Order: sequence, then C-alpha cells, then structure tokens
Amino acid sequence: MKWNKKVVVRVLAIVLSYVLITVLLRMGLLNRQYTALLVPIGVNIMLAVSLNLVTGFLGELSLGHAGFMSIGAYAGALFTLNVNMPSGISILLAMIIGGVAAAVFGFLIGVPVLRLRGDYLAIVTLAFGEIIKSVLNALSFTNGARGLSKIPSYTNYEHYTLVFVVAVITVLVISNIVDSRHGRAVCSVRDNYIAAESIGISVSRFKILAFVIGAFFAGVAGVIYAHNVGIIKPTTFDYNKSIEILVIVVLGGMGSIKGSIIAAVILTALPELLRGADDLRMLLYSIALIVMMLFNQSGIRERIKGRIESSRKQKAGE
Amino acid sequence: MQNIVEQLINGLSTGSIYALIALGYTMVYGIARMINFAHGDIIMVGAYALYVGVSLMNLPAAAAILLSIIVCAVLGITVEKVAYKPLRKAPPLAVLITAIGVSYLLQNLALLIFNATPIPFQSVIQVPSVSIGGLTISGVTIVTLVVTLISMVLLTLFINQTKAGSAMRAVSEDKGAAELMGINVNRIISQTFAIGSALAAVAGILYICQYQSLRPTLGALPGIKAFVAAVLGGIGNVPGAMLGGIVLGLIESIAKAYISTELSDAIVFGVLVIVLLVKPSGLLGKLRNEKV
Repeated sequence: MKWNKKVVVRVLAIVLSYVLITVLLRMGLLNRQYTALLVPIGVNIMLAVSLNLVTGFLGELSLGHAGFMSIGAYAGALFTLNVNMPSGISILLAMIIGGVAAAVFGFLIGVPVLRLRGDYLAIVTLAFGEIIKSVLNALSFTNGARGLSKIPSYTNYEHYTLVFVVAVITVLVISNIVDSRHGRAVCSVRDNYIAAESIGISVSRFKILAFVIGAFFAGVAGVIYAHNVGIIKPTTFDYNKSIEILVIVVLGGMGSIKGSIIAAVILTALPELLRGADDLRMLLYSIALIVMMLFNQSGIRERIKGRIESSRKQKAGE
Repeated sequence: MQNIVEQLINGLSTGSIYALIALGYTMVYGIARMINFAHGDIIMVGAYALYVGVSLMNLPAAAAILLSIIVCAVLGITVEKVAYKPLRKAPPLAVLITAIGVSYLLQNLALLIFNATPIPFQSVIQVPSVSIGGLTISGVTIVTLVVTLISMVLLTLFINQTKAGSAMRAVSEDKGAAELMGINVNRIISQTFAIGSALAAVAGILYICQYQSLRPTLGALPGIKAFVAAVLGGIGNVPGAMLGGIVLGLIESIAKAYISTELSDAIVFGVLVIVLLVKPSGLLGKLRNEKV
C-alpha cells in the first residue's frame, strides 16, 4: 500500500471519528438517547454502503436488501441463542455465519435474476424480499410471526468499538473493491453492459459478485442489528426497511461511498433530533427521493449551473 | 367438489380485481416504458375517496363512486405531469426511484390524514347473494365479475375502435413516428394515466367492498400482485394483463385453500420469478431485442 494523500486522509478520518466517539462517551456528553444511536448508525452505514455497491456501482436497483439483512439477523440470532460460548467469540462467529448465510442466499437469488435488468430485476428482488419474509413467517424454528426474542445484547453501545471496527472493515472492503479492477468491471456493466460484454467482461459474473458481496455485508449488519435490539420479527425487515436503506443511498449520492456514510449518520440521527416530527419522517423521505431525482436527472441542475456560469461570465466581462 | 368450485369463484373475483389493476400497469408500460410503482397506491386513494364521499360527505353511492374515479384520474395525470414527465429522457433507474418516492408520498399523506388505525367500511354494493345448487355466491363477487367484464369490454373497444385508441397504439408502437403523424404524444400519455388510474379506482372500490376495511397501505400488496399479473400476461399487452390477473387470482386462492395461507404470498411471487426465468416476455407478450 502506498502512503499517498488519500490513504492518509482515510486513516485520519477513521482515527478521528473513533476518538470523537470515545471522548463523547467517556465524558458523558451523550445522554441515553444519543448513545442508543451509535450502533444503529453503524448498522445503517453498513447497509447503505453495501446497497450502494449494488445500486450505485452495479446500477441495478435492489429492493430486497432488508431480506438479506433478515437472513443474517435470523442466522446470527439462532446461533447465539443455541450455543453457549463467551460473548466475544459468539458474536464474531454469529457475524460470520449471518454474513455467509446472506451471501449464500444472495448467490442463489443472483444466479437466476442475472438474466434480468432494470425494472424487472428490481421487482424480482422485491419479490424475493417478500418471499423471505413470508417463509420466515411460516417456519416453526424461526418462531413464526412472533419472531425471536431474548437475543443476548452483544452489540449494545458499550460494544461500540466492535461495531465501529466492523463498519470500517465494511467500508474499506467495499471501497477497495470499487477501486480495483473488478470494481471498474462492475461500473462498466452499469455504464454500458453491451460494450462491457463486447470487450470480454463477463457481465453475469460481475453482477453476481456485486450482489453476493452486498448481501454478505447486509447479513453482517443484520446480525449486529439483532444483537442490539434483542427482538426480531419478520415484519421488521419488510419492504419499508429496504426503501429506508435506498433513501440513504440516494440522498448520499449513488456511487458515492462517502455520501452513503454521511447520509446514514444524518438520517439515523435526524429522527431522534426531530422527535416531534416523527409522523412526517417518511413523508419527508419520499419527498426527498422525488426531489433528488428530479433535480439530478431532469436537467434542472445543468440549467442552474449554466445560469450561474453565464452570470459569472457577465460579471467578469464588466 | 363444491369446495373447489367455491375456491375457483373466489379466485376469479380476486383475479378480476388484479386484472383491473394490471391493466393500468400494462398500459402505462406500453406507452411510457416505465413501471408506475405508485399505481398500487392509486387504488388506496380511490378507496379513501369513496369512504370520504359515502361516510363523510353523505353522497349517494353512485356519486361517491364517480367522485372516486375522477379523483384518481386527476391524480394519475398530476403525478405523471409533476414527477414522471421531466424524467422522460432520464435513465430507467431514476424513473423507478421517483415512482417509489411517489408511492411512499401517497401512503404517508394518507397516513397523516386518516391515521394508521384501520377504518371499518360498509360495502356500498347491496346485491343479495345468489345460491345455485347449494353454492352461495356473494353479491359483491357477482358485481366484481360483472364490473370487470364490462370494463374490459369497454377498454378493448376503446383501444381497437376509437381514434384515441389507435393513437394510443401508435404511440406505444413508435413514439417518434406517432409524433410525426400529428399525434400529441403528451396528451396520449396523460390519457393513458387517466384511464389506468380510473381503472385502479374501480379496482379499489371493489377491493374495499370485499374486505371492508381501510388502511393507508391497503394498495401496496394488491398493487405488487397486480404487477406480477401484468408480467405473467406479458407486460405492455392488454389482453395479457386480463388473462394474467385471472390466472394469478386462481393460483392464489387455490394456494391459500390447499397449500398454506402463510405461504400463499410466497407462491404468488414465486410465480413471478418462474415466469421471468422461463418466459420473460410473459404468456402473451412479444420479446423485444435490445440494440446498442
């Protein structure tokens, strides 16, 4: 690894944010309400960054991200509920199991849906999310609609170091993949899959790759979520959850990992800060989705840019 | 034997509601090449408009039904003008995300106005049930089947016999060429959204007369299932949507009765996955080759 400016900035950002969290916690500057947010922020960062790999970089809309999260959460929770191990080892193994289980499902779903693109793929991922939900509802070992409860809280705010490390690993792995040769192949599939195919990039292979990696980290995030909240039900991971993650990715900017992280922090903290406006939260999300798309894609942005530039030129001319 | 006939009739009745909704998806897809994700929520708006008309404004049933259809048609046109029209040249992903945004917006507006608690609703259809040889068919089911049949016949006549209908077919065939022939493409697109939304209103009315309870999310599941029906029949294909809706309704009600109630949703979505894998163009659809 070369120690160029980018790496230095990254390392500094990681160290600084960790020190900041630790100082805030140790000095008791955060009340209960805010300390309870630390782990959900980490979970949302992982979910958003992993969805960004699929939606932002691969360019395929996945509406089933909550489904992968639920598989991870259930697999991890079933593991910790049924084994008797020290909490540290148990949660680490649970994360690996949850991630792998989600990745396996990501692969199983990814292989058939490869043939589809765009709208169809989005709907099929939605359908798979719903199928996972109703199967979890029907199975007996997942306790049906009542879900799993009394999951040991291995990832409450006291374990913020663990969550922080896992979130950092997620971000680093995904951003390194994106910067790698494979990542450029994934982006080429997004930009023009026919051209990508014609220069020998195996479109389906890279689609699966992105899908499986995204599912893996969603599964790990699910495990952390389950051990933070303590209770999971099939309805926790419905279509709305997938949309919430999508809102984070879209607001942060599709194809921008930095953006996803910032949006995840803001959108997780904001509802807590604006307690009174809780009813309005989803309404604001939906308006934000529409406005962002209209602003970015309908040419308004270009027009505004053009106007600013021309006025600048006029001033320069004076 | 009697049981199976009853299930088939049930399936036919849910299936015809799906078919009405699926027509909206398929027509919009045929004309605008986009999946109108908010279509399911138009059903919800139609249902609430009927509730407002009947219970709050004390209108007679016929006037309330008309009100609900008009509200939905206007809403459909407005959504298209505000949210989808500026994005006609944008990548499909952007349009899809906008449509999801609109769907959420409608749901949350309804949530703010009417709260999340389900509102019980007395059916406006007062038709006595009919019994044939030990089989009882409820009045709502009969009305649903008859209304669907009439709507489909009218729609088919409209598309195939009128000038506006052939303009619609022309736009779906080739937008550029249609414009050169003097067809106002924007007006046709608005018209399509209006008709699709009006059909969704009809479906919404029939739906709450059957289930008799109003929730802000009531349109989401029938919306997605109707989409499955549209894909099953071949998206963009009007007879396909009708066929797909009925087939899906039958599959669902048989799965509910003979396999498992909890898994019936999973089976319906499983059908979608299988159709897309085996015959992505659907039962009656044509496959389009994509060019660079």
